[in-house]
Amino acid sequence: MTNPLRSEGEAFRFLLGTLVYFAAIAIAGVINEWAGLVVFIVLTVGVVWWWWRSRTPAPPAPAAAVRQSPEGERRILVVANETVGGEPLLEQIRQLAADGHTRVLVVSPALNTPLRHLASDEDPARAQARERLDRSLAELERNGVQASGEVGDGDPLQAIEDALRTFGADEIVISTHPEGRSNWLERGVVSSARERFAVPIHHVVVDLGDRSS
Amino acid sequence: MATVDHAAHPPVANQSSRVDARTLGMFLFIASEIMLFGSFFTIYFFVRVSAGTPWPTPPYHLPVFVAGMNTIILVTSSFTMHWALQAIKRGNRSGLKAGLSLTFLLGLTFLLTQILEYSRIGFTPHTNAFGSVFFGLTGLHGAHVFVGLTLLAFATIRAFRGHYSEEEHLGVEIPGIYWHFVDVMWIVVYTTVYIL
Repeated sequence: MTNPLRSEGEAFRFLLGTLVYFAAIAIAGVINEWAGLVVFIVLTVGVVWWWWRSRTPAPPAPAAAVRQSPEGERRILVVANETVGGEPLLEQIRQLAADGHTRVLVVSPALNTPLRHLASDEDPARAQARERLDRSLAELERNGVQASGEVGDGDPLQAIEDALRTFGADEIVISTHPEGRSNWLERGVVSSARERFAVPIHHVVVDLGDRSS
Repeated sequence: MATVDHAAHPPVANQSSRVDARTLGMFLFIASEIMLFGSFFTIYFFVRVSAGTPWPTPPYHLPVFVAGMNTIILVTSSFTMHWALQAIKRGNRSGLKAGLSLTFLLGLTFLLTQILEYSRIGFTPHTNAFGSVFFGLTGLHGAHVFVGLTLLAFATIRAFRGHYSEEEHLGVEIPGIYWHFVDVMWIVVYTTVYIL
């Protein structure tokens, strides 16, 4: 739905719609109270239905331009947040990085609440993401993996796109909680990433509740 | 050795994820206005529906016809406002000046009529709950009209001083958005307070 106050033209059309809506209710209400109620209900349902139908999903964004890695170097982009220190993820990174000349970039999206996002209050989210990232990098270092890291956008897809523009990964690893507990899986982040980016994408499930992992 | 790129300096702001400042401002404005008018309408519905106060409370009555004429005046002013902006978008400066002037005069007529209505209506905000709610809602809207007229006055003066062009007319667009919003609120107020 278009914000009716984004432009004068939109606001003018919104005014005309409001005029018709209330005029119909008022006329019916003056004739008969119950008729006014019926018109109110019918029009309101109609408006809600029209609004629901007019909500069109955003067109898929074009695949990000991927910078080519230097000859002989393999670049792996890891995107994870709460699961960033999970053993399955670390194992996957170790396997991918075992092949000699490999660079690993770990991106920890600064997950934020919708209200804070709307108010551009990102500092606490970035600070928390940074803490997780630092712990993850320290863990990788202990396992002998050369890695750098950065805090990314709160939207994981946007964080991947941002990282691809500067890092140019050959492979992407996305780490999530298991199905049913993962907000990213519910939002289809992994499948959207596969559609959006022309880079092999590995999905690692980390069950933080599983002590063996 | 593992490194963290952001350690030496503050992280670069991710503009791609932030809400545009003008959009955010408009959202906050809408939210604050919804809460403001919503609180007044809550009182209105409480007084009229929950408390069962007769509306209007006898022996008073509301000047429905005069307010109806005022509604037509205000809605007409939205058309002239829209005309003014469309005119400058096509480079028609005469249309811009005429549209803004007419909008200002129509808005002023609305406000003066409202003040005249107040002086003759026969009750005050102190009379009873009905009077308090009536003056509260219509007065709140009147204050918005006054703000809108102030914005329109600036825009009109600037138009006569040669400001605005086909490309640069944000100074007309923003008052126009606000003016339409004020009109929308009046339609809601008129329908609920005067007619239903």
